[in-house]
Amino acid sequence: MNETIATDRTKRNADNLELSGKGGLEARDLHAWFGTHHALADVSLHFPERTVTGLIGPSGCGKSTFLRLLNRMHEFIPKSAMAGEVLFNGDDIYAPGVNPTEIRKRIGMVFQKPNPFPAMTIGENVLAGVKLAKIKVENKDDLMEESLTRAGLWKEVRDRLNAAGGSLSGGQQQRLCIARALAMKPEALLLDEPCSALDPISTLRVEETIVQLSETMTIVIVTHNMQQAARVSDYCAFFLSNGGPGRLVEADLTNNIFNNPRDSRTADYVQGRFG
Amino acid sequence: MQADAELEVSIDIPEHRKLQVTQGTPDRIFRYIITTGAYFSLAVLAMIAGFLLYRGFQIFSDFGLGFITGAKWDAGSGDETAPAVFGVAAMLVGSLVIAIMAIAIALPFAVISALFLEYYAPLAIRRFLISILDLVAAIPSVIYGIWGYAILMPHVVGWSKSLNSWFGWFPLFDVPAPIFDRSPFVAGVLLALMVLPITTSVAREVYSQAPRDQIDAAYGLGATKWGALRTVVLPFGKSGLIGGAMLGLGRALGETIAVYLVLNLVFKINLQVLASAGGNVASMIATRFGEAGPYELRALMAAGLVLFLLTLVVNALATLIVNRSKVQ
Ligand SMILES: Nc1ncnc2c1ncn2[C@@H]1O[C@H](COP(=O)(O)OP(=O)(O)O)[C@@H](O)[C@H]1O
Ligand SMILES: [Mg+2]
Repeated sequence: MNETIATDRTKRNADNLELSGKGGLEARDLHAWFGTHHALADVSLHFPERTVTGLIGPSGCGKSTFLRLLNRMHEFIPKSAMAGEVLFNGDDIYAPGVNPTEIRKRIGMVFQKPNPFPAMTIGENVLAGVKLAKIKVENKDDLMEESLTRAGLWKEVRDRLNAAGGSLSGGQQQRLCIARALAMKPEALLLDEPCSALDPISTLRVEETIVQLSETMTIVIVTHNMQQAARVSDYCAFFLSNGGPGRLVEADLTNNIFNNPRDSRTADYVQGRFG
Repeated sequence: MQADAELEVSIDIPEHRKLQVTQGTPDRIFRYIITTGAYFSLAVLAMIAGFLLYRGFQIFSDFGLGFITGAKWDAGSGDETAPAVFGVAAMLVGSLVIAIMAIAIALPFAVISALFLEYYAPLAIRRFLISILDLVAAIPSVIYGIWGYAILMPHVVGWSKSLNSWFGWFPLFDVPAPIFDRSPFVAGVLLALMVLPITTSVAREVYSQAPRDQIDAAYGLGATKWGALRTVVLPFGKSGLIGGAMLGLGRALGETIAVYLVLNLVFKINLQVLASAGGNVASMIATRFGEAGPYELRALMAAGLVLFLLTLVVNALATLIVNRSKVQ
């Protein structure tokens, strides 16, 4: 379709971020609360189709909360609340009549701490989502191989698909979790600091995986690692909280965020002056 | 590789160092107290077993294995014409049958209640329901017994009749005569209610420990609540649940007064759970204790020892099962 997007990350247009409703994911005036605690305020942000957007900002500024709003995971927290809209391919996922489990099937999630199901084998882990959703699969072995290959794990585990998921190293477990999410054939993938518990080599593997995946899906990744944001993302969004609710400070091409930010606080953060 | 091998030859392998840890005085005192406490409770257990063995030893030497395998319990007339015969087989089987029935009935309800309390009950009433559960667990068994006899039994008799008319072809549900009250089934249902609170309580405790990040993982894959519970919480809670069941089984095996009130004591091995005949070791001891002569008293002590050992075996088995399922 759009060859330049897949091949040249720097040529993408920052205006895409403000263009709305074309596809991908879009947050409109999002707010989040935990009980009475207003954790996130007034975030509007567009994630164009088949791009990678990095969410950066100090701890506690609401990045995870924002991410969990994007696939309706936020509402599992008792007494939580939200306001605003999240458009997925143009449709509000919070609209009445929308089934949240359907949304979560289409928007996959990878968590900070690798969390394979310990009672399942590696192979069962990959197919766990498919089984949970009772999705009919023509050829389970093919799906397993494809998902693991896309997650960059196939070669390492092809001979021990029946070993326990917990027997892998941390980095392998995280890629197993990515494979598990990919087996659902999601249209978007949300990753919350997926590499924070990983060694540098596993981190590079995961990053390669993310870049490859962005050819077919919309990716949002929370990261504390500036180099990582620079390496994998097309766009970056900087969040900040000054004691009150977290807010979006600015969003732009990753290149601009790092070299030519509009807000001085962004410059301070990416240059390591706080946070 | 070659270099490695050469290296290894030239290295002197040193002695293992002996590590000495000097403990501070508070540590030593604490350790002493803890150790004494642990040995003390073991000593009490051993003393109970020893006492029972001492008092019942004559029975074991008089009847040998027959005391375990025989079902007849007759104090006799005290002379040659009708010698005393003691065997606990019927009561032993009864104990197991009733306790297993109780757990089999209680377990599904315990799992469902625990899941409800932990994952479905609205926050506002959850605390309240949990305190009710603890309260119910503390009801004395004699109350259960009276209630079981007066209120529960007529209902259970009705269920027994239906069970018998539908499944009477199955040997366990057959009866020699259409009398359904004071049967092992009645006792089993009553005991199920008695062990339900503790089993539910343990199950809830275990389920509440299920790792949140794995539940999130399931939800993140588009699982329904039931899907997440099935994939994460139930497997996670398996070994703990077995532990809870065994705790209930222990209580059911030793239950005395409630069984005494709702079960017809008959010294015959009876596997027809709907029939009005049965017993268990504990309630049998309670029944016979008051009017037993010196010789029968020894037999009761011996029966107590058998029950004690049975409970130990069940607990050991439980530990084994729990450990086994933890490894997987
Ligand atoms: N489960 C929760 N319950 C209550 N408050 C929460 C919860 N999760 C996060 N918060 C609060 O929401 C704010 C944002 O948290 P989070 O989104 O986790 O930040 P980040 O991911 O950027 O570190 C913080 O003030 C945090 O204390
Ligand atoms: Mg976070």
